[in-house]
Amino acid sequence: MRWVNRQISRSDRLLWGAAPILLLVLLYIFAAAGRHAENPSDKILPLPSGMAQAMSSLIFERDMLSGQYLFWADTLASLQRLGLGLGIATLVALVLGLLLGALPPVRAVLGPLVTAIAVIPPIALLPILFIALGLGETAKVALIAIGIAPVMLRDIAGHVAALPREQVIKAQTLGAGSWQILIRVALPQALPRLFQAVRLALGPAWVFLISSEAIASDVGLGYRIFLVRRYLSMDVIIPYVAWIALLAIAMDVALTWGLRRCFPWAQGANH
Amino acid sequence: MSTLLSLRDLWVEYGDKIVLEKVDLDIAAGSFVSIIGPSGAGKSSLLRVILGQESPTRGTIMLDGAPLAPECGPDRGVVFQRYSVFPHLTVLQNTMFGLECAGSPLLARLFGAARAKARAEATAMLEAVGLGDNLHIYPAQMSGGMQQRLAIAQALIKRPRILLLDEPFGALDPGIRADMHGLITQLWREFGLTIIMVTHDIREAFSLGTRVLALDKRRHDPHAPHRFGATAVYDLPLRPREEETGHREEMEA
Repeated sequence: MRWVNRQISRSDRLLWGAAPILLLVLLYIFAAAGRHAENPSDKILPLPSGMAQAMSSLIFERDMLSGQYLFWADTLASLQRLGLGLGIATLVALVLGLLLGALPPVRAVLGPLVTAIAVIPPIALLPILFIALGLGETAKVALIAIGIAPVMLRDIAGHVAALPREQVIKAQTLGAGSWQILIRVALPQALPRLFQAVRLALGPAWVFLISSEAIASDVGLGYRIFLVRRYLSMDVIIPYVAWIALLAIAMDVALTWGLRRCFPWAQGANH
Repeated sequence: MSTLLSLRDLWVEYGDKIVLEKVDLDIAAGSFVSIIGPSGAGKSSLLRVILGQESPTRGTIMLDGAPLAPECGPDRGVVFQRYSVFPHLTVLQNTMFGLECAGSPLLARLFGAARAKARAEATAMLEAVGLGDNLHIYPAQMSGGMQQRLAIAQALIKRPRILLLDEPFGALDPGIRADMHGLITQLWREFGLTIIMVTHDIREAFSLGTRVLALDKRRHDPHAPHRFGATAVYDLPLRPREEETGHREEMEA
């Protein structure tokens, strides 16, 4: 049978999909065990037992200095920044994207500005944000929002502008004005696209979060990774990275589920 | 019969390309006008100008003796070949849309008694086009013919003075198309509609219309074909309405 025609069943897919991941984990454990056989205090490739030990003190024990459970404090701080940044960016992208996409005069006025902002690398703005907003939470949230909002905004505006012209004409022959077309025709059809835009923005949002935490912070997942790097604490860095990956996957799955759940009409005939 | 729509010395140009030149037309209330012609003869341009989607380069359009605003409005309904219905609304919501826009400028949604009234009116209209059993499905779950039925119901609920059809049945199977011909004739009679239909199908144009307009270029310059526009080269009045009605029933029987 040709490879293009081979369909893998659901249960087999799970098995085959897990295989390369398990293989990598096994390879790592062999390599780590090899290094530990030569040097029992090796720090570069820690064994799972070492990671569990290092993490358990972060997860279950209060830090002597701050009195907090560090792992949970880091997670909470990072998720709060990420959530605020994503929320602000999503709201801005939706409102401006709708206006830009549906109203040609707004597009004429704001389009070039949005394009100009979108081509600036957000990290280059970080010093400006730190100077203008201080080293606190505001600058970090602002970096995430400024970093992802322009791309999302342009995506939503493009999607709204590409709605069939026939729909807009039809709505007008049914008595709808600009405002009514915005809220009843453009907005509902932009929402599924917004979910996709948030999904795609999650990756960059994490990048900006970790960057800003690495540079100036006192709590957060990115801060911890860059802090313990000084002590070559791979036994903390690796579990933290895995935890970040897990959080990102959970958000992606939740958004996909929400998209299917909230917009049955966008799924074609088979729902 | 009184004149509902009159076009005087109408020109449509895109840059230096002349699409329509010197179109003079009077369309009587209650007539069913079919517009035919080769591709690029300006059939759809003429429809778009009457619809208000485009404004003519020169000339005037009068509806009921008043000049037409160069914008689409609820006095002219339209059914396109595709994309006429809203994919995110169910059949019933699609049909209620026009009533909700008129009744609620701020939210474009009705509540309570007004909603129940609009719902009843929309349901009755959907029953008239044969969609009474499919009120709560989305357009993506419907066949092309059902979508066009919905588009017609959606337009008729506003009681437009003129219904404009832009190749409405062009994408349908022959069997479904015959059903749709029956439906549109029946609705035209029941609601006393004035219909202008653009079509590629000459048989359809003659079997449905009370008047057939053929658009084409009168003159042709082989070195600059775009410098002459099309106009109505044939204007064929068919049987008047009452006579024609009896005749068609004979044919159907």
